[in-house]
Amino acid sequence: MSGSRTYILFAVLIAAAALLFVGDLLIGTTAIPLGDVWAALTGGATSEEYAVIVRELRLPKVIVAAVAGVALSASGLQMQTLFRNPLAGPYVLGVSSGATLGVALFTIGAPIIGLSGNTAVMAMGTTGMAWLGSAAILLLVMMLSRRIRNINVILIIGMMLGSTISAVVGILQYVGTEESLKAFVVWTMGSLTNVTGEQLTLIIPIAAVGTLLSVAVIKPLNMLLLGEGYARTMGLDVGRTRTLIFISTTLLAATVTAFCGPIGFIGLAMPHLARMTFRTSDHRILMPASILWGVVAMLLCCVVCDLVARGGVMLPVNTVTSLLGIPIIIIVVMRNRNSAA
Amino acid sequence: MIELRDIRLAFGRRELIASASARFRAGTITALLGRNGTGKSTLLRAMAALGAVSHGEILVAGRPVGSLSAATLARSIAFVNTDRIHAENMSARELVAIGRSPYTDWIGRMGDDDRRIVDEALQTAGIADMADRMIDTMSDGECQRVMIARALAQATPVILLDEPTAFLDMPNRYELCTLLRRLAHEHGKCIVFSTHDLDIALSLCDDIALIDSPDLHVMPTAEMIRSGCIERLFSSPYVRFDAATQSITLVEQPSER
Repeated sequence: MSGSRTYILFAVLIAAAALLFVGDLLIGTTAIPLGDVWAALTGGATSEEYAVIVRELRLPKVIVAAVAGVALSASGLQMQTLFRNPLAGPYVLGVSSGATLGVALFTIGAPIIGLSGNTAVMAMGTTGMAWLGSAAILLLVMMLSRRIRNINVILIIGMMLGSTISAVVGILQYVGTEESLKAFVVWTMGSLTNVTGEQLTLIIPIAAVGTLLSVAVIKPLNMLLLGEGYARTMGLDVGRTRTLIFISTTLLAATVTAFCGPIGFIGLAMPHLARMTFRTSDHRILMPASILWGVVAMLLCCVVCDLVARGGVMLPVNTVTSLLGIPIIIIVVMRNRNSAA
Repeated sequence: MIELRDIRLAFGRRELIASASARFRAGTITALLGRNGTGKSTLLRAMAALGAVSHGEILVAGRPVGSLSAATLARSIAFVNTDRIHAENMSARELVAIGRSPYTDWIGRMGDDDRRIVDEALQTAGIADMADRMIDTMSDGECQRVMIARALAQATPVILLDEPTAFLDMPNRYELCTLLRRLAHEHGKCIVFSTHDLDIALSLCDDIALIDSPDLHVMPTAEMIRSGCIERLFSSPYVRFDAATQSITLVEQPSER
């Protein structure tokens, strides 16, 4: 692949991300003129209402969307290469199942034992339990991975853990109250709008560390393209690399999932889109490319949600990301089958 | 170059080699022979420090492989197995370049020297003309050459190969083994490869290592042919090894009629 093509693609993606970022700030249920959006961001003269909407509602949401895009795609790319499986993604090891279990225990379990607080406490509890759930599952997988040589066994265990948790969550749903069930189901649909400015100061540093780790494993990922055996004979500490990748995924996918709920298919589809467009297997290009595609895709989903919301319908973000991501996965699978045949 | 010192080798609880000492020198090519399940792969993996020996020591350039850091080991021994690499959008050159990993910085940046070594490796393996082809469009024989070029790019004095000819047709098997022989004789590499191709091993290799459970015999090819070990090991009611022609022949079976 020619170098200039890569640069052009990167430039296009960065421009698209920037345009969508601005577009997202402009679009919403309340029509706000461009000048007022600018004034609200820079502290210029505008109405109090506009300032609140732009600064406290739209800006955090757009930033969260971008961070989620970065986090899920970077994590998805690592999982696909580590497991050498095109259908691996950030949730393959049970991150979302773990988070779901945490949230189910909290939203459904807490009212059963008579625990309930004000909305702020409930929101914090949901996020905390989601994070704890994901981290616990990843810790378990990480510990197992030290004993298990064969990476596919780990993949299967991760999936089985997920199914077990689904069963437990099913039981919880069966015994839960109607009100608590709704709170739980709403969480599973994903949302970018629940994140406050203060929470952002927590999410951004965590995601930044996770992203730095993703960059640190770029060379190991390239070596892992040849399989763990070859990587080991070329001097790679495979155990340490696995641990780094799992920690990175915990920081990225678990954090985003805790705050926004499970966001499907972005982490799965964007690395494929990066491979298709940049036509390379080199993670020095694929990592930034996946991350940029993730940002563009999430911002695009955000714009779609906002446009639909103008018509009075609030779409859960998870439905939009699925509708966008699934066709990409199907195209990839069909292309792979065709090239193999 | 690589030395086995009184090693015992086991696979799980099953003993494969009770006690063996041997020396594989630089500039020689050795074929590792043995029936299925006698431990050829296990021995090669132990020599590459991918597996452990239950007793004794394996030394490379006089130092135990177990004591070497991963980085030093990666600069001492290259390993080639039969795994077919399935990577989308990866050219032969890119794959061979990954062989430079032990020498590049944290993000794998290649210098002029690295690029030159990759080019030479492609040239030596005879695949310079297909360097920019994608590996998932290549045949098994071409792929195996790419993997050998990768091992060459790793610039190690020792190259171990586990059944490099397994999926190749007859002309490709001879070509590949001739290439390995050239690497040993002209480039001074110490090459050990496992194979089931008796005739190729006997006609092209300097030394033969034969796993005759639970023993390992290593000797020059001519001596091995005279020793009678091969006859004993590779004969069955159906086939017979003939030392004079160095080939396996079918034993006439009494007619069923």
